[in-house]
Amino acid sequence: MTALMIVTFILVAGGAAAVVFTREPLRQAVTLSAYGLVLSLLFVVLQAPDVALSQLAVGTAVVPLIVVLAIAKTRARKRQ
Amino acid sequence: MTRRARLILFVFGACGFALLLAAALLSVPGFGTAQHRYAERAVLAAQVQRHTANAVASVTFDQRGLDTLAETFMFVAAVLGIAALLRRNPDEEEIPPRAHRQERRPPVPNTLRLAAYLLLPVTILVGIYIVLHGHISPGGGFQGGVVLGTAIHLLYLAGDFPTLARLRPVPVFEATEAVAAGAFVLLGFGAMLTGAVFLTNVMPYGTQGELLSAGTVPLLNILVGIEVAAGVVLLIAQFLEQALLLRRETARK
Repeated sequence: MTALMIVTFILVAGGAAAVVFTREPLRQAVTLSAYGLVLSLLFVVLQAPDVALSQLAVGTAVVPLIVVLAIAKTRARKRQ
Repeated sequence: MTRRARLILFVFGACGFALLLAAALLSVPGFGTAQHRYAERAVLAAQVQRHTANAVASVTFDQRGLDTLAETFMFVAAVLGIAALLRRNPDEEEIPPRAHRQERRPPVPNTLRLAAYLLLPVTILVGIYIVLHGHISPGGGFQGGVVLGTAIHLLYLAGDFPTLARLRPVPVFEATEAVAAGAFVLLGFGAMLTGAVFLTNVMPYGTQGELLSAGTVPLLNILVGIEVAAGVVLLIAQFLEQALLLRRETARK
């Protein structure tokens, strides 16, 4: 295990903890997106660039976007 | 079932799971070891027999093409499920465009709009590149397809929802997704016409590292790319429709 791996492992653990400890769903979408970026970094370090690309596209873009849109929908309903 | 019976059942299941997990973890190869029995064979098959530079693509689309076919249809099923769940209810009506404009939040900053418009062609180009070079470099149909599917939503970031809605007519994308997924199956049957097994890579392998190499792998990558791009667009379209266009008729009164 190289120093780079240890650093990215710690980053991933920190990012995951940040997602769990963010209580407000809208902010959580943002930390989730950042966590996705860190996770894809780990995949690159572990020499899995194909997985890293999937993670980058799905984890940092699509999933947070869907979360934000779902929150927008539920809040609009609450306002009515 | 009483609380006690459920607890006993849970403890029983949890113990079994823990035992099996421990047994499985004990036989896993050590972290970071250079040797792996399956990887050695798969990489050898990819590089020597199949002239596929990206060994991962060789495994997913050639050596284990059937698994990828199943995954492709899992994605179709997921998009279908979302479409069914988020369909318009009888008591929901579309917000008229004028009211929609009045309800609009503060205007999108110009820098964000400029960045979105500038990034749009670049992102689409990157997506096409990732799909077409899936058998040579990291990436492939799924990764490139997701990039392509999300790329056009930069228009939404730019605050240009009408253009986005015009650019992606939902029925066309539904048909595209179905046709691309179906073509994957047809390509599998096509291989059988030559007397080979379903989804065998029957096309010439060519020279490793060239754009036209690896036989059917780039073809399948393109099909999956189209299918995933259309699927992602449909997926986000359903959510956008729910979040922006629909509201409950009864709640308004």
